[in-house]
Amino acid sequence: MRLPHTSSSRIFGEINLAHHALKLWLKITTIILLAYTIVAGLLFDVPRLNIVNETIRALYFHVPMWFGMVVLFCVSTVYSIQYLRNPSIQKDINSVEFANTGLLLGLLGIFTGMVWANYTWGSPWHGDPKQNGAAISLLVYLAYFVLRGSVDNEEQRARLSAVYNIFAFAAMIPLIFIIPRMTSSMHPGSGGNPGFNMYDLDSNMRMVFYPAVAGWILLGIWIATLRIRIRNIDEKLIDLENE
Amino acid sequence: MILTLLKKEFTLELRRKSVISGLGLYLFSTAFICYLTFSLKQNQITPLVWSALFWITILFTVINTIAKSFIGEKKGQDIYYYSIANPEMIILSKIIYNFLLTLILSFAGFLLFIILLKNPLADTGQFAILLVLGSMGFAASLTLLSGIAAKANNSNILMAVLSFPIVISILLVAIKVTKNCIDGLDRSVSYNDMITLLAINCLIAATSYLLFPYIWRN
Repeated sequence: MRLPHTSSSRIFGEINLAHHALKLWLKITTIILLAYTIVAGLLFDVPRLNIVNETIRALYFHVPMWFGMVVLFCVSTVYSIQYLRNPSIQKDINSVEFANTGLLLGLLGIFTGMVWANYTWGSPWHGDPKQNGAAISLLVYLAYFVLRGSVDNEEQRARLSAVYNIFAFAAMIPLIFIIPRMTSSMHPGSGGNPGFNMYDLDSNMRMVFYPAVAGWILLGIWIATLRIRIRNIDEKLIDLENE
Repeated sequence: MILTLLKKEFTLELRRKSVISGLGLYLFSTAFICYLTFSLKQNQITPLVWSALFWITILFTVINTIAKSFIGEKKGQDIYYYSIANPEMIILSKIIYNFLLTLILSFAGFLLFIILLKNPLADTGQFAILLVLGSMGFAASLTLLSGIAAKANNSNILMAVLSFPIVISILLVAIKVTKNCIDGLDRSVSYNDMITLLAINCLIAATSYLLFPYIWRN
């Protein structure tokens, strides 16, 4: 039986918190995967290699964070495309918050990469094409937030930032995926260097790496959905105050 | 339609001679400051410093040039264009026009650099091709950004902030090829980079073409 349409039930129906929340089983999976990543990543046996030594464990933290960033930025771009096709505030909020969380994971990825570089390359910032590309791609999203800050009209802000988001994403593809592969880079897996498939002779690392990737990506999505829900509640509160 | 719009851009540009001469002076001043600060009568700069100075000069001149393509327009003018032309034609004509302008400015800059800072290039022909491709990339990426920045507050700062991360991929490839030109390597060495640059240009131009109608509709 349906409830009668009183104004309060409509408001609470619209808030509908469960809609954007991550499913409970996914949350539990995220926690289990990340707990496993931390324990297994720090304790399990890893191949002994010159120079790299124990720092190979960065593979379980640095690399998946970077993957997570790319996934979140992709999701953000998809929401931007959807916004342009069919505008709604919800898509704009989704797009912004996924970009925000992607930026967070990107910063974490850069810092963990710097820790790794400090012990293998000798200095935290080595001017490697991969590092520079990472820094520039973060600049893109910082510029995105500056753009959002400097447009007053809400609808125009959403549209312009959606356009910039898509444009920046297209311009970033060569920067992250093509140029580092063409220049001499010391980063594993580019510029002719062996990637982790070569290091990992007995495939033991895969047992931790794949769960780590899934775990960090899920954590990013979880944070993003939480932020989206907070933003939705804020919007709702402002609406209620205005009424 | 494109031709009419292009003709309009050129007529407007020739009518406001102060803008184009201002840009020329901007370019000259920057090149001259490079000359003075390195006091080149006594000192020599290495070819790599030359290439860095050249591309920085071109980058700033070009950003200022293209920024005016939408920012400089009077209020209400866009509504008029909106009523007579479709957005795809407008962005295409602006990109082509900016490309020609950028091309002229970058060759002028190159000439100035040869006069003031010597010519370290071993392969000038290839460098000329690079300048054409580079101008194409700058025009394709910056025209759309100018359209975005024009709609926001403090558009001049925003134009620079938005464009730096986008043009860096073009700039990186260009600097790499410039080094090959300086070293006089065989053209087949830079062939791949040239193709990459062309591909980046096409990607960015296609994205601009697709996205422009959305910032135009207001």
